[in-house]
Amino acid sequence: MAKKDTPEQAEFREYCRNWLKDNKPGPPPSRLPELAIEVSDEAHREYLCAWQKKCYEAGLVACDYPSEYGGGGHQGFQRIASQELSRAGTPFLINVIGLGMAAPTILHHGTEEQKRQYLKPLFSADEIWCQGFSEPGAGSDLASAQTSAVRDGDNWILNGHKVWTSLATFAKWMILLARHSKEDKYKGLTYFIAPIEGAKGVTVRPLIKITGGTGFNEVLFEDVVISDDMRLDEVGKGWTVAMTTLTHERGAAEGAGGGGGGGVDDRIESLIALAKKTPRGSGTAWDDPVIRDRIVQIAIRAAGLRQTARRGRVEGLIDHPMRLPLQGKVVMTELMQDAAAIGLEIEGAAGSLYVRDDNAPDEGEWPLSYLNSYGMTIAAGTSEIQRNILGERVLGMAKSK
Amino acid sequence: MQPKDFGFGEDEKLLRDSARKFLEDALPIDKLRTLVAPDHVEAYESDTQPVYYDESIWKQIVELGWTTLAVPEEAGGAGMKMVAVASLAEEAGRAALPSPLISTLVSTCVLREAKSDGASAALGRIAAGEAATMAMTNATGSWEADDTDVVAEGAGDGVKLSGTACFVQDARKASFFVVAARGDAGVGLYCVDADAPGVEILPDQIVDLTRDQARVRFDGVAVGADAVAATAGSGADAIRAATPAMLVIIAADLCGAAEWQLQTTAEYARVRTQFDHPLGFFQAVKHPIVNMMIDIDRARSLVYGAACDIDTGEGNPQLSARMAKSAAADAAAFACGRSVQLHGGIGFTWECDLHIYFKRQKHNQALYGDAIYQRAKIGELL
Repeated sequence: MAKKDTPEQAEFREYCRNWLKDNKPGPPPSRLPELAIEVSDEAHREYLCAWQKKCYEAGLVACDYPSEYGGGGHQGFQRIASQELSRAGTPFLINVIGLGMAAPTILHHGTEEQKRQYLKPLFSADEIWCQGFSEPGAGSDLASAQTSAVRDGDNWILNGHKVWTSLATFAKWMILLARHSKEDKYKGLTYFIAPIEGAKGVTVRPLIKITGGTGFNEVLFEDVVISDDMRLDEVGKGWTVAMTTLTHERGAAEGAGGGGGGGVDDRIESLIALAKKTPRGSGTAWDDPVIRDRIVQIAIRAAGLRQTARRGRVEGLIDHPMRLPLQGKVVMTELMQDAAAIGLEIEGAAGSLYVRDDNAPDEGEWPLSYLNSYGMTIAAGTSEIQRNILGERVLGMAKSK
Repeated sequence: MQPKDFGFGEDEKLLRDSARKFLEDALPIDKLRTLVAPDHVEAYESDTQPVYYDESIWKQIVELGWTTLAVPEEAGGAGMKMVAVASLAEEAGRAALPSPLISTLVSTCVLREAKSDGASAALGRIAAGEAATMAMTNATGSWEADDTDVVAEGAGDGVKLSGTACFVQDARKASFFVVAARGDAGVGLYCVDADAPGVEILPDQIVDLTRDQARVRFDGVAVGADAVAATAGSGADAIRAATPAMLVIIAADLCGAAEWQLQTTAEYARVRTQFDHPLGFFQAVKHPIVNMMIDIDRARSLVYGAACDIDTGEGNPQLSARMAKSAAADAAAFACGRSVQLHGGIGFTWECDLHIYFKRQKHNQALYGDAIYQRAKIGELL
């Protein structure tokens, strides 16, 4: 059965709705990127941090975390707050890595002191978090991470190179997977909280994407000294802790709420609008049955995504608990990629015109989002890794390793 | 506001679970193979293709009340929701059930929309256990509601039907046909007994082993006023109004069968070893199987979304049901191809069960309009 609101939840939903109606923020200083993880502009950061703080103070963030760590102390309220944030179409919450990945990991594996120190400023966006998992030599094969952590009395000395770190330019902290031992691929890993902003030996450099823009970074650690109380869980437990983080990764994408970048349905609408206004032959691209068929295929996939989100909460229509949740990322990102590809094709020659060209249809959005779409199908587990996971965990096929 | 759970509650789940259990017991895969694929020569080289179907299973299905599900309560049926009907069709697909169940459910949905005394009487016959099927398709296989080759002459107290209906499903299992025929005022719907004088059933030689199909010739068949389900001009409207339900039923059948293809292929990839690994170890095998699952889940979600649109009268069932059929037909097409290919040599043989599902899927893909046809219709709505 779909979850129905309890009386308390219904009351909270009403409260969220009213609050969002009365507190809708003004427009951003300039157009926001599609996703929180792409924020790289200081004015955007200020605007978005102020918004998250306001939401936190109103009780719409961290609703289900214990109150002693700065949460709302409720149960089953975050789902409602996230739904209402999304429905209100307000900007996304910027501390998406913190909320979606760092906070649940700290809650699950952190000491009492760590929970008291890190969670509240994370919720309020006073401290932004980033994630240090991937390395130049450790992409899909995450456990081959080589960034080293060497014990030195009560301290650890970090050396290494992390890549694809979204939000690192603004981050106070990073959740970090590092290697304390080379003896065992998995048991040689330990999980830390690493300081970023202003830390000695830490260099954050923007990485330039194929779009020409930035949005993520690389982070270099050179003899960075951190104290042992910044270790999360036991030495050698890094892989286990990382699995907790990755389990919540999808939540990071969905649970943060907000409608800053517009969703799949907006994308389909603009695709149809593009086809209807783009001349082709004696009519428009929409009149071309081949193009129209391809757009309708995309529209069907988008409708399927919507109905699958609905079905995912109907117990009687689910065969395996992880079957639909684990599809979410690959289905969504490939859909957005294919939609952008068709948009670009519809534009024909005009698809060559990029964002700075005054004649570019839709301000060059289609070539830009097509280029950008590869970030989504690669980041957070490539589509190939996602299919491995689905085949292994849901269909029980042998691990491809 | 639509129900978040599609209206698929405890009652619907109970019905679906009991249907699955019944079919697992009554028609396990070995029995299905013996029933529908006993002999390739008999199946494909007989002068008249046999009807492969177990009448005792059908009698039990009728007793279980499956054929009355979609019949409104006022006509003596159970008046269940479309989501329940869809879940039943899904189970029929999963079992590749040879029976007039789908045809009867589809006819029921059309008669329901006809809203006449004649239609109510026909629904009463279905509620009482008779099997029905639509005779509405012309020689070109058009799925447009008013493209019939059968002509209705006369009016008032009764008409005479002449001409041939093609691609009539389960024609040799149904006790009556719901015939779409054109009169001066347009297309009407007429109920004709399969053994009525002037009715000739000319069986097709088809690929699918789980069905029979025929051309049905009407040679001046007299239809009394009480057997007019929709008067001339209102029949095509009834078919159009019932189209979302027809599409949901077929799409659900496709999804159920595709799920069987998925699970069977995944199982083979778990147990069959080559190059010292189970097949599923290799991503060239694993990933297409995952893609089968993704396609099925999309289609299945769309099926229940469309069924709920029909139940609530909200949303746009003409759009959502066509989306469901398109997605289900594509999912089935992919599942067919991959299930046989990934089984390798054994998958290409008559002794392997896969071809039974493969053929049913191909048949269902085309029924009431294939994926490309549905998308052309959707394009007109966007």
